[in-house]
Amino acid sequence: MTLMKTILGATATLALSAGAVLADPAIVFDLGGKFDKSFNEAAYNGAERWASETGGSYDEFELSADAQREQVLRRFAEGGNNPIVMAGFSFASALETVAADFPDTKFVIIDMVVDAPNVRSIVFDEHTGSYLVGVMAAMASESGTVSFVGGMDIPLISKFACGYAQGVKDTNPDANVIVNMTGTTPSAWNDPVKGSELTRGQISQGSDVVFAAAGGTGLGVLQTAKDEGILAIGVDSNQNHLQPGSVLTSMVKRVDNAVYESFTAGEGVEPGFAAMGLANEGVGPAFDDSNAPLVTDEMKAAVEEAKAKIIAGDIVVHDYMSDESCPSL
Amino acid sequence: MKKMPRWADVALIPILNLLIAFIISGLVLLAIGKDPWAALGTMIDGSFGSSRGVGYTLYYTTNFIFTGLAMGIASHARMFNIGGEGQAALGGLGVALILLAVPWPHWTLALPAAILFGGLFGAAWAFIPAYLQAKRGSHIVITTIMFNFIAASLMGYLLTGVLKVPGKMAAETAKFPEGAHLPTFHEMLAPFGIEFSKHAPANLSFLVALLCLYVFWILVWRTRLGYNIRAFGESESAAVYAGINPAKIIIITMLISGAFAGLMAINNVMGEAERLIHNAVEGAGFIGIAVALMGRNHPIGIFLAALLFGFLWQGGAELQFEHQIPREMVTVIQALVILLTGALDNMVRRPVEKLFIMRYKAKGL
Repeated sequence: MTLMKTILGATATLALSAGAVLADPAIVFDLGGKFDKSFNEAAYNGAERWASETGGSYDEFELSADAQREQVLRRFAEGGNNPIVMAGFSFASALETVAADFPDTKFVIIDMVVDAPNVRSIVFDEHTGSYLVGVMAAMASESGTVSFVGGMDIPLISKFACGYAQGVKDTNPDANVIVNMTGTTPSAWNDPVKGSELTRGQISQGSDVVFAAAGGTGLGVLQTAKDEGILAIGVDSNQNHLQPGSVLTSMVKRVDNAVYESFTAGEGVEPGFAAMGLANEGVGPAFDDSNAPLVTDEMKAAVEEAKAKIIAGDIVVHDYMSDESCPSL
Repeated sequence: MKKMPRWADVALIPILNLLIAFIISGLVLLAIGKDPWAALGTMIDGSFGSSRGVGYTLYYTTNFIFTGLAMGIASHARMFNIGGEGQAALGGLGVALILLAVPWPHWTLALPAAILFGGLFGAAWAFIPAYLQAKRGSHIVITTIMFNFIAASLMGYLLTGVLKVPGKMAAETAKFPEGAHLPTFHEMLAPFGIEFSKHAPANLSFLVALLCLYVFWILVWRTRLGYNIRAFGESESAAVYAGINPAKIIIITMLISGAFAGLMAINNVMGEAERLIHNAVEGAGFIGIAVALMGRNHPIGIFLAALLFGFLWQGGAELQFEHQIPREMVTVIQALVILLTGALDNMVRRPVEKLFIMRYKAKGL
């Protein structure tokens, strides 16, 4: 009897410790792949930073078919991975089904809201970050005309454009903001030639600062800005170093921080809705050596002031996605 | 001089090709520091070891059967239809339009409509290249591949515009009505007391695919049309001499081919996603080329080749899970199989043929 107890006890301990060992976090990348120089890669960098700082290990999966979304979430949940982070809004419907089946596993979805008791939804305040780069654009512009090149015409990109326009107009009420979208299909994310053409068009209308929120298309915008001697603003990752001397700043979206923090929180990650905004350094302009000569002290002061006011609620930046309209444009 | 015996042509050569592909894949795995035997074990266990694995394997297989049949029927008329990708995408559009247009009460009504519309849209997309080939002599390879791009642009335009759900970010249609839900293997097998995984995408359209294989066999070898198609494929001038109208055969064959490709949508669009998403075909149209080549344009061969590729797709995903082998490496392994069974077929065929001929000579035949 005692022997039986010992064996049972030992087995239970083993089972428990095995469970603890297996509770690695996991991350699922969308079809773009983890080296997409953009969103997925930022998520990957966050995971890698966590791994190198903590010495921990994590599991990962890159989708190669849409039918795999539910499969991979289920596999990770069954394998004991916790939490399971997924990068991209396309996971929403798969997650809704899977989250209900695994109430003890925590899921984190980035850029989308899924309402379930074990899901943390992380979205970014792209509009407030864009407001701040708008402030900088208005101050850097000599012509009083600035512009915006968007990728695919979806509400998210209008959210960038609208915040940017408000930041420009609040700083210089007489300023003119030109907005162009590259296209209406996903190919608009990767069309640097079109991005370049749009930028030239905007320059001919007087623009001397251009903000590109257009994925790979933005590389053409940055290049043309450099060639034509005007300023550009990058997006998502810090793109200041891509064309040093002509990139005023980048509106960074810290997807890596979102992943890093979720991994750090581990199984204790808090379900619910989380906005990565100015207050928690989730979005904002990037300052480094590459753009230091372009940024004046007045600009920095103005950005800090606007940032404090937005956090305090003194400035309300309009979120395009709340009502699909933009008063500043 | 005699040729190879038939068993060597249909069995020995594909198996040799596969063996070479697996050996090279094994070397590739060794080079990145993975154990090839463990990897093979994972692939087999992951695709056939559980009902969920089988469910995924057969889901991919179903896609490849349809696109393989599309390629196969065109090949019998010596036409190289590489537009399966676009035709399957348009099939998806047809299926989505009809399923969204009517509040379907039950799948028994929705399925025939989906088959009709999927086939019709796929055939319509194949019609234009077929017409251009038949009447204007524009080469079918060039036109069908160009139509893949046109299809991709058209689908992108529709799915980010009129068909998109307003306010949603994803480029996809609304979900189909509940009544259009096709029974999955889980639901089909439960009445027989068989417990099949609830979470596998394999569904009733697998049976439709099997039926199509049979229809294909009847059509090609048991009908006058099939005879005409094969005669035209063997020799156009002889076919014309026999009173076969080449333009008619080209167009009819391509319509059937496009319809088979379009039917794929009842599996991936109706059966799995239950809504039309952007780029729903995911390369299955091109895999169909390899499937038909490897299957020697025969239904049984197409079935086996489709099963092989289904195994490679599901097993490849398992490699990523179990061994953290990068997605690109899995693609390399899949590509090696396609390369050796499809493109480099002659590399093995010629030497084997010579061996047989030498044996015949030695025997004094």
